Amino acid sequence: MLIAENVHKWYGKFQVLRGVSLTVSPGEVVVIMGPSGSGKSTFIRTFNALEDYQQGRIIIDGTELSADLRNIDTIRQEVGMVFQQFNLFPHLTVLQNVTLAPTYVRKWSKAKAEEVALQLLERVGILEQAQKFPGQLSGGQQQRVAIARALAMQPKIMLFDEPTSALDPEMVREVLDVMRSLAESGMTMIVVTHEVGFAREVADRIILMDEGLLVESASPIEFFQHPKEERTRKFLSQIL
Amino acid sequence: MASFWRNTRFWRFAGQAISVVLIVAALGFLGNNLFGNLRQLGIQFGFNFLKSQAGFTIGDIPFAYKPSDSYNLALLVGLLNSLRVISVGIILATAIGVTAGIARLSDNWLLRKLAIVYVEGLRNAPLLLQLFFWYFAVFLGLPSPENAVSFGFISFSNRGIGLLGLQLSPEFSALLAGLTIYTGTFIAEIVRGGIQSVPRGQWEAARSLGLKPGLLMRLVIFPQALRAILPPLSNQYLNLAKNSSLAIAVGYPDLYAIASTTFNQTGRAVEVMILICATYLTICLVISLLMNVYNRSVQLVER
Repeated sequence: MLIAENVHKWYGKFQVLRGVSLTVSPGEVVVIMGPSGSGKSTFIRTFNALEDYQQGRIIIDGTELSADLRNIDTIRQEVGMVFQQFNLFPHLTVLQNVTLAPTYVRKWSKAKAEEVALQLLERVGILEQAQKFPGQLSGGQQQRVAIARALAMQPKIMLFDEPTSALDPEMVREVLDVMRSLAESGMTMIVVTHEVGFAREVADRIILMDEGLLVESASPIEFFQHPKEERTRKFLSQIL
Repeated sequence: MASFWRNTRFWRFAGQAISVVLIVAALGFLGNNLFGNLRQLGIQFGFNFLKSQAGFTIGDIPFAYKPSDSYNLALLVGLLNSLRVISVGIILATAIGVTAGIARLSDNWLLRKLAIVYVEGLRNAPLLLQLFFWYFAVFLGLPSPENAVSFGFISFSNRGIGLLGLQLSPEFSALLAGLTIYTGTFIAEIVRGGIQSVPRGQWEAARSLGLKPGLLMRLVIFPQALRAILPPLSNQYLNLAKNSSLAIAVGYPDLYAIASTTFNQTGRAVEVMILICATYLTICLVISLLMNVYNRSVQLVER
């Protein structure tokens, strides 16, 4: 589903990614953990070309991410993304946020786009807020709308970039529940998060990144109970 | 019971009342002074002179006006001429400004630099100078109508612009070109600032949904940028409206030009000045009002 090979990226002279490789199979849920500045957000942002990279290869669902604009367009339609700061469009209603891309990018009819949108809003538990504006919702509700908005494009992979880091503690749960049910439905997901509970229960695989390198890749049980690398043990001792 | 001079509600009211009294007193003093001086000089005050015959010809007329008509009609010609250049000017200046503002943020190096040269070159040259340039160097320098420079439906000659059978005088054309191109530079900067005020996350969210640059700008960025653009944009519209009174420099008979001829012929300085001020004030207030209504419609719903 997703193959990243030896990805390198520099910001000027500073190297953020120093040769990271990752293969994700269909239906797999991969959680990426690591200290801040480890390059984990930058890494997943290269998957839909929000960040470019200077060396390596990224292939998503058979399409190679290159300078070819058509490939970038194709990949962005197949990859959904959820941001730390939600980034809902504040001038549009919840329903309009969700129907915008299907209408203009997928060229669905208004009726079809709205039907799909309302189903998704029901799925994330926010149907009754469809006519409200993002500024009228709580953070947790906004993030659930953002998930529905990304799902409306019917992506093959969902990327989550610290989706609960900007939320008040009592709202983290409602967002994680939506993500958990999404994972159970078989969606391929790559999640950057600090939520240990979520990683332990939902992830098929956990990856630790540090200083632009992939340090360890293991199942949740191995990762938390028998980490192979010293760096992982040190990281775990700080967050647990 | 608390004493009233320690009550905030009392002072809020008292502040308003004192301001009103001071303003009325100042206006009364000025008015009294003016009419006193006029009486002393033996000058009458009144608008009856407007009904007498104007006696001068006007180059650009929107309806059949002749010199035997009254000053009233002559001033109406001026007003319509002003409104014509202001309304067309606002539309064109907005189109130029939005285009140049977006071009300044383009990924295309050449486009970006061209926009910078346009903005920095033309917003820093006096408008009066630019009007002279457009009139004397450009429009009067164009070939005669027989050899007009033609681009399909639009043609340029020393008789002005021909547009789909419509002939625009060189004076109108020069004024319109000067006003729109000058005001367009300021609008370009306002548009650029407005677009840059939209958070980066909005661009990223729109891109990650697969929206291409044109749609991204039209559906996501521009509607949000409008909130930052509209208040300073109103200022530019008002500036354009008032700057249109420089028409007199290229001989376009706008309100100010006609009013000033009227004043020369009748010597009615105070009345003519009041008329001009009241008319420009009305035009500007109407523009402000319309912009305020539009501005309210693009505000975000927050709660």
